[in-house]
Amino acid sequence: MATKAATPATVRVPVESRASRGLWRDALVRLRRNRPALVGLACIAIFVFVAFFAPWLAQYDPNKGGLGKTFEPPSAAHWAGLDKLGRDELTRVMYGARISLVVGVVSVTVGLTIGGLVGAIAGGVGGRIDTILMRITDVFLAIPGILLAIGIVAWLGQGLVQIMIAVAVANAPIFARILRGSLLSLREAEFVTAARSVGASRTRLLLRHMLPNALTALIVAATLALATAIIDVAGLGFLGLGPPDPRTAEWGTMLTDSTEALRRAPWLIFAPGIAIVISAIGFNLLGDGLRESLDPRLKR
Amino acid sequence: MTGSILPVDDDVATRSAGRPLLEVRDLRTYFHVMDGVVRAVDGISFSIMAGETLGIVGESGCGKSVTSLSIMRLLDMPPAEIPSGEILFEGRDLLTMPDEEMRKVRGNDIAMIFQEPMTSLNPVFTVGDQIAEAVILHQGLSKKAAWDKAIESLKAVGINNPERRVKQYPHELSGGMRQRVMIAMALSCDPKLLIADEPTTALDVTIQAQILELIRTVQDRTGAALMLITHDLGVVAETVKDVVVMYAGRIVEEGSVEEVLLAPKHPYTEGLLGSIPSRGKRGERLNVIRGTVPNPFNMPPGCNFAPRCPYAFEPCTQADPRIGDANPPDVACWLYTATATSPTPPRVRPRLDLVEALG
Repeated sequence: MATKAATPATVRVPVESRASRGLWRDALVRLRRNRPALVGLACIAIFVFVAFFAPWLAQYDPNKGGLGKTFEPPSAAHWAGLDKLGRDELTRVMYGARISLVVGVVSVTVGLTIGGLVGAIAGGVGGRIDTILMRITDVFLAIPGILLAIGIVAWLGQGLVQIMIAVAVANAPIFARILRGSLLSLREAEFVTAARSVGASRTRLLLRHMLPNALTALIVAATLALATAIIDVAGLGFLGLGPPDPRTAEWGTMLTDSTEALRRAPWLIFAPGIAIVISAIGFNLLGDGLRESLDPRLKR
Repeated sequence: MTGSILPVDDDVATRSAGRPLLEVRDLRTYFHVMDGVVRAVDGISFSIMAGETLGIVGESGCGKSVTSLSIMRLLDMPPAEIPSGEILFEGRDLLTMPDEEMRKVRGNDIAMIFQEPMTSLNPVFTVGDQIAEAVILHQGLSKKAAWDKAIESLKAVGINNPERRVKQYPHELSGGMRQRVMIAMALSCDPKLLIADEPTTALDVTIQAQILELIRTVQDRTGAALMLITHDLGVVAETVKDVVVMYAGRIVEEGSVEEVLLAPKHPYTEGLLGSIPSRGKRGERLNVIRGTVPNPFNMPPGCNFAPRCPYAFEPCTQADPRIGDANPPDVACWLYTATATSPTPPRVRPRLDLVEALG
C-alpha cells in the first residue's frame, strides 16, 4: 500500500495527512488495536452466541428435574452439576443468558430513548425547561439505581416487562445527564459558534452539529449501561424480585437458590456467578475501548 | 470555473459611492455577570465602506472580539445585552432584524474567520461537509453541487490536491491548512464583509505571513470589505488601510494606518507601538505600558487610560474624553483640547520598520 501511494501526485503530501477512511472506519481500526476491548468483545460474543443458540447447545430441558440425584456434583454428563430439583445447572445458565440479553438490551434501548430525548430537550432548549427536566432527573438520580428498580417492581408487580421498565427507568436519568452535559459543553464550542456564523438555525445546530459530537459519549454510556443492566436484572432476581414463575432460568434467581445450598453444593454458585461476571466485564471492557477509539482526536 | 466562488464584484464602485457598507453607531455591549455589569463595549462608532479594509487593534479584553460577535449577533443574551446602538449593514439595522433574516445575513453577507482553527472546525465532519454547509444553507444547492463548490473554494485558498483534502477530517490537517479551510468556508458564499478575528494569532510565524497574504489576495479578488481584529500592529500595518484603536471598550484613536502607526496621537497607541520589539533598538530595554487593564467592575473616573498614562493631568481624572471631543477629533484624549494646559504632548516616535512594512 505504501508503494502504491508513492505516485508523484501524492509525494509532497505529509505523512500525517494520509487519506481518512471515514470516522467510523477509523474508530474500528483503533478498536481492533485495543486488546482489552477485544477481550470484552469476545466475552460478549460468547454471551450472545449462547443466548441465541441455547436450545441447540444445551443437552437438557432447563425445567426438567430429576435428571439424577439432587445436588449432584459436576460430572462429565452435567458439567456444572444438578440443582435442588435435579435440573442441569449448565443448561439453566445457558437459558438464563437469553433473559439477561433480552432484558438488558430492551431496557437499555428504552432508557436510552427516554433519557436521550430528555437530555436533548434540556441541553438543546435550555432555560426553564432545562431546569425543570434536570431537577426531575436529579430526583431519580438521588435514588440508587437498584433501589429504584426494587421500588418499581414492588409497585408494578413481578414480571419480565416490569423488570425491563425498572431497569430502563433506573438508567434513563444517567443518559439524560450525559447527553445534556455534552450538549452544554458543545454549545460553548467554537465550531458551534462557527456554524452559527454561517447561518445555521437552532434546530440544525442541535441536530446536525452538536448531536453527532455528543453521540460518542452516549454510545459508550449505553455499552457500560448494558453491564449494569445485567447486574441489575440479576440483582433483582437475587432479591427474589425476578420473573414471577420461580422455575424460570434466571441468573440472579439461580444465584439465590445456590446460596441456600451453599454448604451442601458450593459448586452451584459458580456457573451463574461466572456467567454474570463474564457478560458484565465484557460490556465494561468494550465500553472503555469504545470510549478510547471513538474520539477522533486521540488518533495515534 | 465560470461562476467561481470568487467573482470580481462589479458592484463595488456603485456601492462605495454611497453610504458605508457597515456602520456601527454608539454600540454598547454589556455583560450581566454575578459580580455586576461588564461594559465590554462602551459606545463605539466606526464604519467600513464596501471593499475597504479596517483594522481593530487593542490588547486582550478591550472589546475587539465582542464587537465582532455583536455585529454577527452571536452573543448569548442574556448574559449579554446591547442596551443601545445601531449596526447598519447596507442601511438595515442588524440589531433589530428578525432572527430569520439575520440567519440569511450570516455566512451569506457577512462571514467570519475565527481565531482558533483547531477548535472552530467540527471534528466529526469532513472539511468538505463543512464548507458545503454554508452553500447548502444559503444557495440551496444540491449536495453534489455544494461539494464541487467546496473543492473549488479549497483550490481558491491554495490547498493542494483539494479533491483529496475535501474528504479529510479537521484533525488530519495542520493548523495553517485548517485556517485556509476556515477562509474557504467564509468565502464560499461571496460575502460582502469578511470579519477576521485574530486570524493568525494561533498560527506560527511562517504560516501567519502566508495566511495574511491569502486574506489580502482573496479580499482583493472578491472585493469584499475586511474587518480585521488583532492585537498585532505588525499585522495591521501589512493588511489594512484604516485602523481603530480600542482600549477598555472604547475607541481611543482612529485614522489611516499611516497616521496611526507613524504619528500616534493617543498615549495608549504610542505605548502599544513602543512595546513592539524592533530591529533598530538592539540592546535597549523594551518599553512597556505600565500597569494593567482596569478592572471592568471598577473603571477609573474620567479617562479609562489615565491611571496608566504617562501624560495624565487633571482633566483626565475628571471627565471622560470621547472621539470628537478633542482637536483633531480622531483621538479621545484631553491632551489635544484647546483649553487644556497640556504638560507635554506625546512624543511622536515613528516606527521606521513599520514604514518599511507599509511599503
